[in-house]
Amino acid sequence: MKLFKIRGGVHPEDRKALAGRQPIEAIPLPQLLHIPLQQHVGAAANPAVRRGQRVCKGDLIAERQGAVSAPVHASTSGRVVGIGRYPANHPSGLSVATITLQPDGEDRWSEALEGAADPFALAPEEIAARVAAAGVVGMGGATFPAAIKLNLRHKYRLHTLVINGSECEPYLTCDDRLMREQPVEVLDGVRIMAHALGIEHIIVAIEDNKPEAQAAMASAAAEFAAVRIARLPNRYPMGSEKHLVLALTGRETPARGLTADIGVVVHNPATAFAVHQALRLGRPLVERVVTVTGEAVARPGNLRVPLGTPVAHLLTHRGGLHEEPARLIAGGPMMGQPIPSRRVPIIKGTNGVLALTNQEIHRREPLPCIRCGSCVAACPCGLMPLEIAARTRSADLAGAVRLGLMDCIGCGSCAYVCPAHLPLTQYFNYAKGEMAARGRARHKQIETKRLAEQRSARLEAAKRAKREALARRKRETATAEVPE
Amino acid sequence: MIAPILSLTLLGLALGTLLGMAARFLKVEQNPLQDEIEGLLPGSQCGQCGYPGCTAAAAAVAAGEAAVTLCPPGGRALVEELAAKLGVSVDLAGIQDQGPRVAHIHERLCSGCTKCMKRCPTDAILGGPKMIHAVFADACTGCGKCHEVCPQECIDMRPPPVALPNWHWPKPLLAA
Repeated sequence: MKLFKIRGGVHPEDRKALAGRQPIEAIPLPQLLHIPLQQHVGAAANPAVRRGQRVCKGDLIAERQGAVSAPVHASTSGRVVGIGRYPANHPSGLSVATITLQPDGEDRWSEALEGAADPFALAPEEIAARVAAAGVVGMGGATFPAAIKLNLRHKYRLHTLVINGSECEPYLTCDDRLMREQPVEVLDGVRIMAHALGIEHIIVAIEDNKPEAQAAMASAAAEFAAVRIARLPNRYPMGSEKHLVLALTGRETPARGLTADIGVVVHNPATAFAVHQALRLGRPLVERVVTVTGEAVARPGNLRVPLGTPVAHLLTHRGGLHEEPARLIAGGPMMGQPIPSRRVPIIKGTNGVLALTNQEIHRREPLPCIRCGSCVAACPCGLMPLEIAARTRSADLAGAVRLGLMDCIGCGSCAYVCPAHLPLTQYFNYAKGEMAARGRARHKQIETKRLAEQRSARLEAAKRAKREALARRKRETATAEVPE
Repeated sequence: MIAPILSLTLLGLALGTLLGMAARFLKVEQNPLQDEIEGLLPGSQCGQCGYPGCTAAAAAVAAGEAAVTLCPPGGRALVEELAAKLGVSVDLAGIQDQGPRVAHIHERLCSGCTKCMKRCPTDAILGGPKMIHAVFADACTGCGKCHEVCPQECIDMRPPPVALPNWHWPKPLLAA
């Protein structure tokens, strides 16, 4: 398959051999599961169970609320022991609404769950509805509700479904193992999604450092003419959906637009697997494959983990830690976020738990920028990271936005190559967050104005009504007096 | 003798009418800048700036009597917008942005007098007579009017709660 060039990018040492050789392994149930109600982009789910209630694996425990949201299901059978707040798997370390489940050890699936006999006979809307009800979200880490992306065909003219199996982040091997061990199931999910989207062409894109996954998917796809396997060169960030689509189709996604604008929908293989489970077996998303790796982990590997399992439980299961890790990260080393505490649960978007040693994180003190331009060459979006960072540093966010801050995908290539070890990505994360906060402030100001106007209109109306009532009463008393 | 008197009278009448019409049709109510500034201000008439309302505050800013930093609920974003509109430069780094505040009602002390509810300029307080009142933090501008009138002194002005949606990374510290 002909591929197109993408600009910039870096070649970090991939380190996938650490965990890549270990097959996916089930994990014994922990004492308690802490299942957050916000594991996705959008509004948090609303609890649908009471404390003390017994639930089966796969039972709905929180309903979605709002247009962009996803429901949450029980990851095992047991008893709901608490509905409250618990530290989130989020760098802020803040607590979020969480349902705590005490497993009964039986791990019994709910009997109400039933798959579709033939998903390809279902209407596209029905498939999307089932995917939404199963709580499936984008499992590459973005956690955008998958059903919304399956409903895009009304708005856009779509022609290609791309399965993003590039897994370009170093260390992570969960998608690799999934595609190697269950290619038929993944491909079935992919074909169901293509059917829901009304798309003919399917491209499964896998980087060259995963030859076994390429071979497994190719042999599973041999009988389907519509499915092509693309062998991508190793390059970070090949897995950024806009860059992946550019490499495969040669077309660039408009700035701040969607890949659907150029007719392409991108999904992750783990999402496809979840769609397969939801449609064929009726099983909601209650577990995922997580890579536990890093030099500090005694036995790196890939685990199939019930959602809500504490990070500490995963580490203990892989033999604990050799040494105190310098960094504990959820996700990959390039874009992952620090884990605030080992108590926090695994959520739908957690593809890896990395315990990195001091040698691995390679931390150095930042030096002054010498304007060498390495970051400009490395930026896959064609931005000037040094200039954006300088403006952010001097509190000129408007200037940073003019230079394309909002087009930054936060891949960290610039910080990776920076010889001065400047915290470039950290600047951009701060600047983007600050811009979002200003947007919220502006929105609030507009809303305040509206509320104040409504209030004064209401008071005015009440006053007028009072005056009129008084006038009417006066008139009535006057007419009542006349006949005498 | 009559011709000059007549022509001057006519001239006077015609020009006078023209002027009168011009005054009516080309009327400028007030400084147009004031309207624009008022559009930027929150419009909650909270009075934290020391002026009786947003209109008076806008007039003062337009006349150059008040600084662009006068509006606490508007925050830093408003300062930037006003400065851009008026073409003045402000040292944003020097501005003490104490951040937004929202009212919080201590429910155990609230007697349900409805005084705060009646004063709130944005209807951000929910309650009824002899019922515990509560604040919609999203609608509260932090003007503190409820805080002033509460006979129970059960209203606190607090920084808004930080949750995942409004949390973001702080600015990295850099020695160099």
